[in-house]
Amino acid sequence: MSGSQPLLRATAVTKTFPGTIALDKVDFTLHPGEVHALLGENGAGKSTLIKCLTGAYRRDGGDILLDGMPIDPRNTLEAQSFGIGTVYQEVNLLPNLSVAENLLLGHQPVRFGMISGRTMNAAARTMLAQYGLDIDVSRNLDNFSVAVQQVVAIARAVSLSGKVLILDEPTASLDAQEVQMLFEVVRSLKERQLGIVFISHFLDQVFEISDRITVLRNGRLVGAEATADVDRVRLVNMMLGRELKQETRESGRTDRPEGMPAIRFQGFGKSGRIAPFDLDIRAGEVVGVAGLLGSGRTETAEVLFGVTPHDSGKVEEKGATLPLGSPRDAIAGGFGFCPEDRKGDGIVGDLSVRENIVLALQARRGWTKPLPARAQAAMAEEFIRRLDIRTPDAEKPVGLLSGGNQQKVLLARWLATHPRFLILDEPTRGIDVGAHAEIIRLIEELCAQGMSLLVISSELDELVAYSHRVIVVRDRRHVAELVGEDITTDNMVAAIARPDAGRADEAAT
Amino acid sequence: MSAASRFLRRITPQLVTLAAVLASIAIVFPGFFEISIANGRLYGSAIDILNRGAPVALLAIGMTLVIATKGIDLSVGAVMAICGAVAASAVDRGMGLVPTLALAIGTGLACGLWNGILVAVLKIQPIVATLILMVAGRGIAQLITEGAILTFRHEGLIFIGSGTFLTVPMPVLIWLFTGVIVALVVRRTALGMLIEAIGINPRASMLAGVNTRVLLIAVYMASSLCAAIAGIIAAADIRGADANNAGLWLELDAILAVVIGGTSLLGGRFSIVASLIGAMIIQAVNTGILLSGFPPEFNLVIKAGIVLVILVLQSPTVQSAFIYFRRNKQSSPADAKTVVQ
Amino acid sequence: MLSRKAWIGAGVLASMAFMASGAVAQTIGFSQIGSESGWRAAETTLTRQQAQERGIDLKFADAQQKQENQIKALRSFIAQGVDAILIAPVVATGWDAVLKEAKEAEIPVVLLDRMVDSSDDLYLTAVGSDLVHEGKVAGEWLVSETNGKECNIVELQGTTGSSPAIDRKKGFEEAIADKSNLKIVRSQTGDFTRAKGKEVMESFLKAENGGRNICALYAHNDDMAVGAIQAIKEAGLKPGEDILIVSIDAVPDIFLAMAAGEANATVELTPNMAGPAFDALAAFMKDGTTPPKFIQTESKLYTQADDPKAVYEAKKDLGY
Repeated sequence: MSGSQPLLRATAVTKTFPGTIALDKVDFTLHPGEVHALLGENGAGKSTLIKCLTGAYRRDGGDILLDGMPIDPRNTLEAQSFGIGTVYQEVNLLPNLSVAENLLLGHQPVRFGMISGRTMNAAARTMLAQYGLDIDVSRNLDNFSVAVQQVVAIARAVSLSGKVLILDEPTASLDAQEVQMLFEVVRSLKERQLGIVFISHFLDQVFEISDRITVLRNGRLVGAEATADVDRVRLVNMMLGRELKQETRESGRTDRPEGMPAIRFQGFGKSGRIAPFDLDIRAGEVVGVAGLLGSGRTETAEVLFGVTPHDSGKVEEKGATLPLGSPRDAIAGGFGFCPEDRKGDGIVGDLSVRENIVLALQARRGWTKPLPARAQAAMAEEFIRRLDIRTPDAEKPVGLLSGGNQQKVLLARWLATHPRFLILDEPTRGIDVGAHAEIIRLIEELCAQGMSLLVISSELDELVAYSHRVIVVRDRRHVAELVGEDITTDNMVAAIARPDAGRADEAAT
Repeated sequence: MSAASRFLRRITPQLVTLAAVLASIAIVFPGFFEISIANGRLYGSAIDILNRGAPVALLAIGMTLVIATKGIDLSVGAVMAICGAVAASAVDRGMGLVPTLALAIGTGLACGLWNGILVAVLKIQPIVATLILMVAGRGIAQLITEGAILTFRHEGLIFIGSGTFLTVPMPVLIWLFTGVIVALVVRRTALGMLIEAIGINPRASMLAGVNTRVLLIAVYMASSLCAAIAGIIAAADIRGADANNAGLWLELDAILAVVIGGTSLLGGRFSIVASLIGAMIIQAVNTGILLSGFPPEFNLVIKAGIVLVILVLQSPTVQSAFIYFRRNKQSSPADAKTVVQ
Repeated sequence: MLSRKAWIGAGVLASMAFMASGAVAQTIGFSQIGSESGWRAAETTLTRQQAQERGIDLKFADAQQKQENQIKALRSFIAQGVDAILIAPVVATGWDAVLKEAKEAEIPVVLLDRMVDSSDDLYLTAVGSDLVHEGKVAGEWLVSETNGKECNIVELQGTTGSSPAIDRKKGFEEAIADKSNLKIVRSQTGDFTRAKGKEVMESFLKAENGGRNICALYAHNDDMAVGAIQAIKEAGLKPGEDILIVSIDAVPDIFLAMAAGEANATVELTPNMAGPAFDALAAFMKDGTTPPKFIQTESKLYTQADDPKAVYEAKKDLGY
């Protein structure tokens, strides 16, 4: 394959932002008919490289050759016309238009000056048939699953561009079956001699689908190799630049702390969101929450933190009732909450790392009692060091950091308030291997210091690794509680899947 | 980068603009920078700008805070009219200066509370919520003055509008003092950061425990408080409360001042000092037009033209093009050097 | 719609019944624009006073600056069968239909202060001031006051493009046209407001050598003059002496300034439009005397010699 003329060759691409070099003379070569995985931790420069290739950013240096011709796309539209199409994790289509309209928007077949609905639908059906997809193209896009939307997005990108397809974390919100369906599509495109750039955090998928791998770290090229020539450990080493301690455990922790529950929720719930449940939390205990998306996991967290105030039950601490009608009440009671939607509910993008870290503590103190500037700076520096937050300085807007570092900033925000009870909703979603391991280590560390944690995760292995207890949620109610040695992925899957066959299939994949 | 140099960098575009506007006035009208002391007060066109710009400067202080929360306050002009009318009718009925001021400022705070409740509690969009008082407020002011200009001769109240302290006109001192106090309060306490957090991401701020409701109400009250002070100055300046014309359209000038000051209408990062410079830029344009001697038919066109130029120069597209151009200019000699090597 | 026709029908009947009975006490409807200014408020007060003096039952309707309210008020007057209608129209156009209805009902209509674009056989007469004439009176006063002396004039115009601003400027310029000693050196709009009058005067003073080049100020209304007087005082000059001040309207506050020697002359735009209107109506109803289509009110000149203090006392409670 390396013998053929490269489809896309980028040499010494450089991009700087104020205070950081996001890309430092990075080379990247893509051949036709190749699936090329682009790997690296968050902040390694993957997105920046993609944005330079697609014209979303203007590069500061380097050359890009497509089919041997130099190109300099000024925007994504121009890149598309050259033949470079991109599909993002959050599908960039219009959910309230039909599938056919989404596929052909801007290129609708016109008859007597009018858009012909029938011709358009027929054309859309033909397009999707190439991907083995047979759906009603006249229905609105949001009627279909993310996987179908993803394929529609790919079909549109391929029809408009047709040479290079960039898939930016396409599988992040897909289940195993859907991933296979997507991979079928990718393989068929590969046969059509497209060059495909594949970005993912899932190493299994990378090994399954890719032919070559390029690894970036801190804006520099670490290496580019054929997938067949690298093994997992070496790949992780390339990405992290260090050995990752392999921590595996078969069943949950048995060292559940003794003693009376610190916080006791009784008959706690909110109609329409989560059925009433009992929950005891002991000091130094990690309670995991497992369940499918939409099963009531996030709803549990939100009712515990007062985001959606409970309408039944009560919460007691040492026999006294805690008011829990709002996040402010929860924070006053020593609670903290890292929400699932980091960008929407977590970070305050334009504020600096320092301001994001002090925000919750400052809000609790009230505006009249400001933290002195020096104390704020010290606190920010401490957490940047302690959590290894990758940022040029504490004054950088947090929105410019990578996902994993944003997550660490959010954790720092709550740790700064010295909470007794910390709720983490999907703390490791969408972040790279290194940050992932660090966050798990941090969870264990905090629990050893006597903090109580409630961690929601869709990664069952992860729950096994740190939980003393796991609550399984299904259909908006708490259906099972696993303790100690009973915490295994098999048991969790069984509890999630138990009632009806349809659910079991889904959970098994 | 130190805080001081960051601050300087933030207000540089506004300072440059102000300097450019002042310089062009000085070209049209050579005596522009002459300042003398006449009749015990500083006298000169530059002083006029500081003095006449007082209402818009005061409004811009409050408007900056409101806009930082991703809101807008259209009612400030009407609140000016109400508070001016309240002050005039109070002295007209023989009230003393202190109770009069307290009453007028209290009225302003009540207007702000009303706006704040509509926005923060009833969740009405700010532009609609404040539109209510914008429309009704002038009517309320007319009711207070019974449709006429309510003239007063209370020396204490007049002093606020046209008196001087150490030769400096009182309105200038009042807006400078208010601006410094508010800027210090928001930056020395945590208020500024919390307001910015609400403007950037209200839900994340709420989840972090920020008391968004109380802060929003406080911000609208601050805006109306500034409008109340501006209204008292406007009435004191002409020794009468003119319900029909006091503060008319000034809400738009205040918004413009904030925008020229570089605070985004989408909320978030704000600078009160930059907004105040923005207000002075607007007043400098107004005064410059008056000094120029052009026929009045050209006033609005000239003003719009200048504002357009300022906003275009400050637009992100032009800014990034400018940075791009500058960087290329800087880097090209370096490139040449490497070639030589 | 149907009910409206029925109402009008009833109105016609009612008015005929009134005429047949030959009632002495007249009922007259008055549709006022609203309370847009102090002058307007004084006009309302004086109309009420004049009606009371003549024993007229005045039906007052405030339109709050809206034409549809005025049309509604006129229809209601017609339906009630009033003997005559006074109206100060908020705009010039759009009156044909309702004026025709009044004509069909044989109710005479008198326009106050402002004109309409309708054919002049749709109303009995219009009472108003001649804006050009007002400007001329002001200009003539300045001509005689300066008496051939060199005099640089600054002018504070009304709202740009408004008819009072255009006409008062025109009249003043006509009066000084052939006087080479009088020259307008600066002219800028003060929007008819005190605040703008003050601000613009400040800039005039700066632009004309601290005011030493200015001999007289002509303001299109008294409010701007009152603002300008303050600006002149703050600049350390004596208004009324260092700078002559002539303006138009004759609102109470300018008489205070004249009493203090700070203003020199004002031309009255009388708020008593109703008096001449009632007189014309009385003559018309008595023996059918048709008045001229436009009755011009007097543009009276007041100076410091006219006991401004007394005029102030007489005017201050009219609602200005």
